[in-house]
Amino acid sequence: MNPEFFIPIPVLLSQLTLGLVNGAFYAMLSLGLAVIFGLLNVINFAHGALYMLGAVLAWAGMNYFGVGYWTMLLVSPLIVGIIGIIIERLLLHWIYELDHIYGLLLTLGITLVIEGIMRSAYGVSGLPYAAPSELRGATDLGFMFLPNYRAWVLVASITVCLATWFFIEKTKVGSYLRAGTENPKIVESFGVNVPVMITLTYGFGVALAAFAGVLAAPMMQVSPLMGQNLIIIIFAVVVIGGMGSIMGAIVTGLALGVLEGLTKVIYPQASSTVVFLIMAIILLVRPAGLFGRDK
Amino acid sequence: MREYKSSVPALEIEDLQGWYGESHVLHGVNLKVYPGEVVTLLGRNGSGRTSTMRAVMGLIGARKGSIKVNGVETINMPTYKIANLGIGYCPEERAIFSSLSCEENLLLPPKIRGAGKGMSQDEIYEMFPNLQERKHSQGTRLSGGEQQMLAVGRILRTGANLLLLDEISEGLAPVIVQALARMIRTLKEKGYTVVMVEQNFHFAAPLADRLYVMEHGVIVEHFEANELETKMPVLNELLGV
Repeated sequence: MNPEFFIPIPVLLSQLTLGLVNGAFYAMLSLGLAVIFGLLNVINFAHGALYMLGAVLAWAGMNYFGVGYWTMLLVSPLIVGIIGIIIERLLLHWIYELDHIYGLLLTLGITLVIEGIMRSAYGVSGLPYAAPSELRGATDLGFMFLPNYRAWVLVASITVCLATWFFIEKTKVGSYLRAGTENPKIVESFGVNVPVMITLTYGFGVALAAFAGVLAAPMMQVSPLMGQNLIIIIFAVVVIGGMGSIMGAIVTGLALGVLEGLTKVIYPQASSTVVFLIMAIILLVRPAGLFGRDK
Repeated sequence: MREYKSSVPALEIEDLQGWYGESHVLHGVNLKVYPGEVVTLLGRNGSGRTSTMRAVMGLIGARKGSIKVNGVETINMPTYKIANLGIGYCPEERAIFSSLSCEENLLLPPKIRGAGKGMSQDEIYEMFPNLQERKHSQGTRLSGGEQQMLAVGRILRTGANLLLLDEISEGLAPVIVQALARMIRTLKEKGYTVVMVEQNFHFAAPLADRLYVMEHGVIVEHFEANELETKMPVLNELLGV
């Protein structure tokens, strides 16, 4: 007899719900990566480090300045966004004409620098960060007790993802961004200040990562290594969804979170590998990704 | 033609050198276009006509010399600033965006600050009724002719007064080429300044006030429309028309 026939429905539903929460993180991070790749043609390896930086800043705000969660939820992405703008102007700016591998190497280098600094400052053991008092406790969903904080994470991240999607797909500035993704030179020849648009896009993309980092801080240990653990999965999500596709990144992120949750119930040993298995299959069957267009 | 020449040229190129990476493609181009003129750049493929247009927009690797737009030196300006001096550029490859609908493509180029009013969306639809019918279609699903109308139409809205049109008649059915010729005449009546790169001599010659011929990255001939007949032997030799 197959073991899955004995899975109690509440266990299944609760794993799916928790998977959805994880998926929300995947969605937010891969969305930022997709937007950056679309316009800059840079595979931003530093995304995980900047996500981590967002969480560490939230922790630092609390411990050094007594600044609470809600304030840091805004301030931390702002600071990381500005750091991103500096990185783009100072470093990335020079390599757009070159092959993708240079962008990947450069951002890998940036990652090592940021993680190294954080490691020497805080070590590798986690720093505890408490959820704000408003969001402590849990709600009975019938099949599980869902921690209120996780419910908030789900709502907040899906809202941010949809707002980003709306901005890019439905507004005038978004149409510059979409057109710029296809042919930045021609958009610039219409008089649009594409260089500034590129800088701001990178700033926005990494601010999104920092926002996810602050959201993650009370759920996971804040640690200099937290980005490393996540970034590889995020890359897999982006590859599966298709590089440069906004909706693709969101849907794939959520779906893979749920799938991971499902795997945890059916065959827990595979739960950390399933994403990569799917990635391999997608690369064989549809190299451009589920939602991707060939560039 | 004489009356133009007292005013500041809309476009004045002096000793323009241009490079794509290592390869030197423009070897000292000189040309002047006065406000309200229609000027055609003729030449064989690879003679440097498209490169000249791209150089004006700052879209080639490196450039040297002088390019003045309405008297303003642009040789060191980034592309978006050059465009904002009032230039509308229609590239040879049309560059219709596939992630935008026909109408979004049309409305994409922003209005140029301080420039003239430009044509209204209705006027453009009146000129190209096909675009109105297909406004919700994805940009790249349009036919070649419709894409060309869209690529030209979208730069008429912005208030740009100097239009650079690269091979707009290329590969199109005669009836569409005629529509484009009507459009050029309308634009001239409205006072636009037009620079055309054309392979299609029979399309370009009757529209132009003046013609330049390029070869090997330099201008080799330059004459006015009324000299066309006497110049035909030379053109035959240069272009094989």
